[in-house]
Amino acid sequence: MPIDILMPALSPTMEEGTLSKWLKKEGDQVTSGDVIAEIETDKATMEVEAVDEGTIGKLVVPEGSEGVKVNAVIAVLLTDGESADAIGSEKPAEQPKSSEPESAPAEPQSASDAVPAAPVAASVPSDPDIPEGTEMVPTTVREALRDAMAEEMRADGDVFIMGEEVAEYQGAYKITQGLLQEFGARRVVDTPITEHGFAGVGVGAAMAGLKPIVEFMTFNFAMQAMDQIINSAAKTHYMSGGQMSAPIVFRGPNGAAARVGAQHSQCFAAWYSHIPGLTVIAPYGAADAKGLLKAAIRSPNPVIFLENEILYGHTFDVPKMDDFVLPIGKARIHRAGKDVTIVSFGIGMNYAVKAADELAGMGIDAEIIDLRTIRPMDMPTIIESVKKTGRLVTVEEGFPQSSVGTEIATRVMQQAFDYLDAPVLTVAGKDVPMPYAANLEKLALPNVDEVIAAVKAVTYTA
Amino acid sequence: MAPRKNAASPNRSGVAKTTKTRSAKTAKPVIGTEIAEFDRDQEIAAYREMLLIRRFEEKAGQLYGMGFIGGFCHLYIGQEAVVSGIKLAMKDGDQMITAYRDHGHMLACGMTPRGVMAELTGRQSGYSHGKGGSMHMFSKEKHFYGGHGIVGAQVSLGTGLGFANRYSDNGNVSVVFYGDGASNQGQVYESFNMAELWDLPVVFIVENNRYAMGTSVSRASAQTDFSQRGVSFNIPGHQVDGMDVRAVKAAAEAALEHSRSGKGPIILEMLTYRYRGHSMSDPAKYRSKDEVQKMRSEHDPIEQVKVRLLEKGWASEDELKAIDKSVREIVADSAEYAQNEPEPDPSELYTDIVL
Ligand SMILES: Cc1ncc(C[n+]2csc(CCOP(=O)(O)OP(=O)(O)O)c2C)c(N)n1
Ligand SMILES: [Mg+2]
Repeated sequence: MPIDILMPALSPTMEEGTLSKWLKKEGDQVTSGDVIAEIETDKATMEVEAVDEGTIGKLVVPEGSEGVKVNAVIAVLLTDGESADAIGSEKPAEQPKSSEPESAPAEPQSASDAVPAAPVAASVPSDPDIPEGTEMVPTTVREALRDAMAEEMRADGDVFIMGEEVAEYQGAYKITQGLLQEFGARRVVDTPITEHGFAGVGVGAAMAGLKPIVEFMTFNFAMQAMDQIINSAAKTHYMSGGQMSAPIVFRGPNGAAARVGAQHSQCFAAWYSHIPGLTVIAPYGAADAKGLLKAAIRSPNPVIFLENEILYGHTFDVPKMDDFVLPIGKARIHRAGKDVTIVSFGIGMNYAVKAADELAGMGIDAEIIDLRTIRPMDMPTIIESVKKTGRLVTVEEGFPQSSVGTEIATRVMQQAFDYLDAPVLTVAGKDVPMPYAANLEKLALPNVDEVIAAVKAVTYTA
Repeated sequence: MAPRKNAASPNRSGVAKTTKTRSAKTAKPVIGTEIAEFDRDQEIAAYREMLLIRRFEEKAGQLYGMGFIGGFCHLYIGQEAVVSGIKLAMKDGDQMITAYRDHGHMLACGMTPRGVMAELTGRQSGYSHGKGGSMHMFSKEKHFYGGHGIVGAQVSLGTGLGFANRYSDNGNVSVVFYGDGASNQGQVYESFNMAELWDLPVVFIVENNRYAMGTSVSRASAQTDFSQRGVSFNIPGHQVDGMDVRAVKAAAEAALEHSRSGKGPIILEMLTYRYRGHSMSDPAKYRSKDEVQKMRSEHDPIEQVKVRLLEKGWASEDELKAIDKSVREIVADSAEYAQNEPEPDPSELYTDIVL
């Protein structure tokens, strides 16, 4: 059967070109590798080589033709014993289909959009029941995180931790206290100050089957490692067609600390939540810190686990259970109420909780949702609440533009518009780098009064 | 603690090492071994400069304890000879850039103790109007480019200053300070390559104070001779006794001359030591009290000058006490000022974000 020679694409963006010159004429013998034509694109002149062996049966496109489309038939090659008569007895070669569909399947905006390519909504289990009579142990967030890592390291020899000062120094913020003593230097690894390098080493180790916990002294320094987190960790599973993944936890303090200035004070929740392939967790209390860190370590996916330096020393009750693991992707009703929904996460909960207490005194009954996981985001819990209250305020310390709050507002507007009795208000940090001066720092962060004012605005109470 | 491999000690014996490079450019092999001859005035000036840094840092430590300074505060005590000696060799127009352990560098650049201290207390009259704090201060006038909180980042920035010098052919050299810990960041090597490739006038100063936070050099570095870290880029490097201000000055002069004359970058590793914890919150359990004490009593940079001044009869105890007194007065004045100046006006929150 005669072979069609097609107009080749000579660059990823080339759509058409000029066939400037034929170097073979009809009847010429060619073997693979022979240059048969010259093609001109807007960028360069390129040679076209024959791929198959045979006789040029027909030059379909004459020399000097401009605007020849990629994949158009430019010549026909006759193989052994074929005569030129064979040409044309075939139906014309079909343009090979581009792998790109005419239009990309629309990403559904709501769970109800039944587009075939819609992501499968995983059903998220609820928190495990804590048996009646379980002892509650007052625990700092710091201890809870350490306990979570220690328990998982005891249970699974493939779990190890690495980072700056995690071993001998016992952690810059003492989160890894005692781990070196219990697990030894093989599994508790001090690294040089080389974030980009050791993040990559962690992802590589995860690809090879280990389960690394990579501690960033603070998430500010993870910016040095951003490429490995986003381009390597988050995308490997997808790019490898599911063959390979990166079961790794990147954890450390995130957000504003106290008086450490612009380069050391910022919240990355919204940044990471932008990235498909990542799971982003930001716990508030100690029980959530423990249960979710254990879940993160077991997760087959790369997890960004955002802690907060200021919360490390706060004490909360943690149930004394053998294996307390919480579901990723499930928000928690921190306080039930009927007048307004306040959604927050991490240290933002401090403002939400205090505001709700004060609001109660004013006769406003606020429901607080602690998001816990930023990605995937538990919209059903938020929407259920908004259906009840009709009003929504979000609270976070991060910058206001493209924030977690604005994402929630967008989705609630799209998915529960009819239930809203007021615009969604977002309380966030100010749109400025974090200043060092004590008075300015206070102004840059959100505060309880701002949350109260937002709640009053959405509830139309003066 | 693991033993240091090719441990460098700030002891003068045998510290000099010259990089063997395949490049035709060879640096004078004396760099690192030579000691500048100081006359009386130079010794007195160096003494005064280093004492100012030390007293200033001691005061900053006190103010931190009193709650006037917050956040991170990294003191330079013990390392005074490094920046003082280098500054003595720099010309007007040469730039300086460093990390967060920057108070000494700013004072050496001629920034005012009042302005620096007021920034430490977060006041309007501080160099950054209170918005930068200890780690982030700048002075365009004094060619001090900060004051950077991200370990290693200043090395690329400083290389960029060198790029600008070369671009405008202004004869200036960029002097880039970074730590032994920072020496392991990837961008340091990316910068080395560009600096040598383009013959940029940059002097890289590694302040090897033996620790990066709680990690000793040998626990973090495969090659602990930081002067040799430029070998694969053909950048010459030398180790220098960073506790002797005269040795620092001599090496810096040669290095600056090298870079200024168009021969490209050069590395000086300053063997030094920090007496205090990494920052105010560091209990420094990773080293023994003896180790610190030994450095203080045998290698103190200020004490060395003092002994020379007295031995040579260039100054009496009383004269030195008078210098100390005047330095203390300057520092006390800056502290007084920094505690009483107003905080920035709330409207400052939204200024200086974009032009
Ligand atoms: C990219 C980055 N990682 C980690 C830190 C936290 N950190 C601040 S200083 C420091 C140690 C740096 O040591 P070295 O470079 O030797 O300088 P020295 O403090 O001894 O002057 C670390 C790990 C940081 N600021 N930036
Ligand atoms: Mg150091």
